[in-house]
Amino acid sequence: MSELIRKNASELVEMLAKGEVSSVEITQAHIDQISKVGDAVHSFLHLTTENALAVAKEVDRRRASGESLPALAGVPIAVKDNLTTTDAPTTAGSKILEGWIAPYDATVVTRLRQEMMPILGKTNLDEFAMGSSTEFSAYGPSKNPWDLTRIPGGSGGGSSSVVSSFQSPLAIGSDTGGSIRFPGAVTGTVGIKPTYGAVSRYGLIALASSLDQIGPVARSVLDAALLQDVIGGYDPRDSTSLKDSLGSMVEAAKSGSLKGKKVGVIKQLSGAGFQQGVQNRFAEALKLITDAGAEIVEVDCPSFEYAIDAYYLILPAEASSNLAKFDSVRFGMRVTPEGNPTIERVMAATREAGFGPEVKRRIILGTYALSAGSFDKFYGAALKVRTLIQRDFDAAFANADVLVSPTAPTTAFKFGEKVADPLAMYLNDIATIPANLAGIPGISVPIGLADEDQLPVGIQFLAPAHKDAALYEVGAALEGILEGIWGKRMMDFAPKLEGN
Amino acid sequence: MAKANLMDYDKALELYEVVIGLEVHIELNTKTKMFCGCKNDFGDEPNTNVCPICIGLPGSLPVVNRKAVESSISIGLALGCSIAPTGGFSRKNYFYPDLAKNYQTSQFRDPIAFDGQLDVEVPSGNKFTVLIERAHMEEDAGKLTHIGGATGRIQGAEYSLVDYNRAGVPLVEIVTKPVFGAGAEAPELAAAYVRSIREIVKALGVSDARMERGNVRCDANVSIRPHGQDKLGTRTETKNVNSLRSIERAVRYEIQRQAAILSAGGTITQETRHWHEDKGSTSSGRPKSDADDYRYFPEPDLVPVEPSTELIEKLRALLPENPADRRKRLAAEWGFAEMEFRDVVNAGLMDFIEEAVAAGAKPQAARKWYSGEIARIANSEDKDVSEMNITPAQVAEIATLVESGKINDRIAREVLSAVLAGEGSPTEIVSSRNLEVVSDDGALIAAIDEALAKQPDVLEKIREGKVQAAGAVIGAVMQAMKGQADAARVRELVLERANQ
Repeated sequence: MSELIRKNASELVEMLAKGEVSSVEITQAHIDQISKVGDAVHSFLHLTTENALAVAKEVDRRRASGESLPALAGVPIAVKDNLTTTDAPTTAGSKILEGWIAPYDATVVTRLRQEMMPILGKTNLDEFAMGSSTEFSAYGPSKNPWDLTRIPGGSGGGSSSVVSSFQSPLAIGSDTGGSIRFPGAVTGTVGIKPTYGAVSRYGLIALASSLDQIGPVARSVLDAALLQDVIGGYDPRDSTSLKDSLGSMVEAAKSGSLKGKKVGVIKQLSGAGFQQGVQNRFAEALKLITDAGAEIVEVDCPSFEYAIDAYYLILPAEASSNLAKFDSVRFGMRVTPEGNPTIERVMAATREAGFGPEVKRRIILGTYALSAGSFDKFYGAALKVRTLIQRDFDAAFANADVLVSPTAPTTAFKFGEKVADPLAMYLNDIATIPANLAGIPGISVPIGLADEDQLPVGIQFLAPAHKDAALYEVGAALEGILEGIWGKRMMDFAPKLEGN
Repeated sequence: MAKANLMDYDKALELYEVVIGLEVHIELNTKTKMFCGCKNDFGDEPNTNVCPICIGLPGSLPVVNRKAVESSISIGLALGCSIAPTGGFSRKNYFYPDLAKNYQTSQFRDPIAFDGQLDVEVPSGNKFTVLIERAHMEEDAGKLTHIGGATGRIQGAEYSLVDYNRAGVPLVEIVTKPVFGAGAEAPELAAAYVRSIREIVKALGVSDARMERGNVRCDANVSIRPHGQDKLGTRTETKNVNSLRSIERAVRYEIQRQAAILSAGGTITQETRHWHEDKGSTSSGRPKSDADDYRYFPEPDLVPVEPSTELIEKLRALLPENPADRRKRLAAEWGFAEMEFRDVVNAGLMDFIEEAVAAGAKPQAARKWYSGEIARIANSEDKDVSEMNITPAQVAEIATLVESGKINDRIAREVLSAVLAGEGSPTEIVSSRNLEVVSDDGALIAAIDEALAKQPDVLEKIREGKVQAAGAVIGAVMQAMKGQADAARVRELVLERANQ
């Protein structure tokens, strides 16, 4: 295994700047790793390695001729396949979009291209980002590099596995209820859901527009910060995009400190009922946080009890409408039934064949939740809960700078364990969903391995809206303390993947 | 539907009270569409003014057109409405191939303007106040063309073509409250109301306001109930009424049709009906009930429009004079006969005459030129007066030249042709073609003497009271002067001579 692929993005940036390595060498090293482990892990749905090498070559040429380059120029990245790209298909993990090539790049992709980051390919996800394991991808699941019989988290299991198997130092994810943070926790990587509106959603195939947020996937907090500084910022194409700058995440990560911070432990998410190994690591992390000079306080968020219920009404409601455009008329799959079918029958047959079971489940749920007679009882009630959760957060942040919880109740589970039980699957997101409902930022940082299964455990920090920098500050501090104790990085605990 | 099933109109009114409600869609003439930067021009080659947003490609997001918001506010203000401090958008969900996203982005709960009223005068001189419930913004759908089949409608068609140039064109829908008490004049009131709306949006300059092009579309709701009954009757909504005349006819038809059904003991079906201009009748469309379930919910991709008080007041200050008030004022100022004024209004000449008068023409002279010679030439060239190559100032110039006796009517027509041909201003043409009339009495008297020498008995005839005999001499003089003489002055001189 080339040493280059084990480097963090921040280290590659330095090496590139010093001329110790070329972008082509870095990119090629990752392409080699993709060909070694790609089939086993199944992170990518489409590869764009040739284009990546072309970008790398151009970066090297410019550097050689002394031209100034953007910060992350030449550092490879992978992009979740629900973001549109003009040079590769965008399927969102669904059969209904098989082979569809978008005529435009998502804003985030445009920013990666402007940054001159070689894009290696598009990563796997549960169909339309609905799921916690990638088992609902129409193209088969991705594997957890820590144990290939286990899920890499979802929906962004492609991005988490690509980074944790060293196929790319960085990846882009999208988080609607935990789809960046949960995969981060179960693969020992860092995942951030920024404040709603901090990163443009233009070109993100919408799951639930009011909850979706694009964010970085990385192997260190600083790397994630480097990436958020590239992809974040106002975009006039997204009406919900924030106009104000949130400041430099890189500076926050570099200044990483816990000293004097008030850290709120959420009573409802303090770990009771969670896997014992998760509880143990979380308790240790709280102790380290205290030792680093932070004050732990307990905060009460009583409405969190209803968060999953509200989430599974709001999300399907929006999704049922967002997915209506997949009707075969303008793009994507078309199934024409026998005889001389009407357009209604063509639409129905296409959607019947093109959508998988979880997508259909949520469309039906959402259609029902919005229907006359059900609206107030379901969707309307869910919006009220959403407001109550926001108030819980407001009250909690009146007493704490950041909040903490375990990112997920368990470590990575085995394939097939929960796929037949939607409710069990939905419970994975119990700790991550409230942030999406409130629009606030959250980060998952690895804090070691669970005693019983030696699989990664993550801690989640939450901050008030617009205070993404606070997450990078405390996340980087805790990461630094843990790496000091371990004498190595989290990913150095991972078993070596057998290449082809 | 046989025409036999109609009740005599007077009989219908004797038995029933008529209630109407009108929904008028105004297509705004903004440069770009409601939610994207595409050209707002659906007459172009099909599917050329489209982009990922207006054809609803995955990942695309809408952005509200500011100008469309301003136009909507102006319409609201002109109709005496209150303007909402915050106007949100909703999604109206239904599947139809002309609807790119399978939902229409519209204002549902929070229309931008509400609670207005419009005073409308019907041809009899009776006046009614129509209460406006709301005016809200929405986007138009694409245009379907059904190929094959006899009716040109979707039923029976072999296939359909869809043009998305119109998808996303900004619309304002103006909805009245139920209109009571118009009695037999309900059809005239409906037409007069739409005419007033048309004039207002035209005066505001926010729409081209051409009904034949669909810039102004009206759906007419009609219900009847026995006199004295409190409960409203079941209503029908007639669509496809594309002219003021068809609105009037369609409302009258529905009154007669519904009266025939009710008096025979039948019930009215709540449905949309389709107006057939050729047959002068309506036919059943699709059933429509209050239970139509569009699953409205707040559009999560847009933030509510929040017009500032400054903007609203700025737009209020820019409101033009109410067209009805302006008509009254101009009729009084110009002193035209009632018929003359009506012809001017109907021919759309009011603006031109107003401008010509402002440039110095006498009202009658301006009217004469516009409804006479200019209208005649425009008509012969199959053009609109607005397309003629002459400005109101130039018309005023011609009128002034005639008024001052510098040219006569015949020469003025020649000058007009030359202006239309682009030869320059009227004064330039008179001078370059040397058209100024001979106003030197000496020259005229010499020509009169010459003519009298050839017709010596003329003076005697005049003295005997046969004044018309002067015509022969005048004609000869005009011929001699090649038309460049003031015939009235020649006549005066001939009569003077006879009386000497």
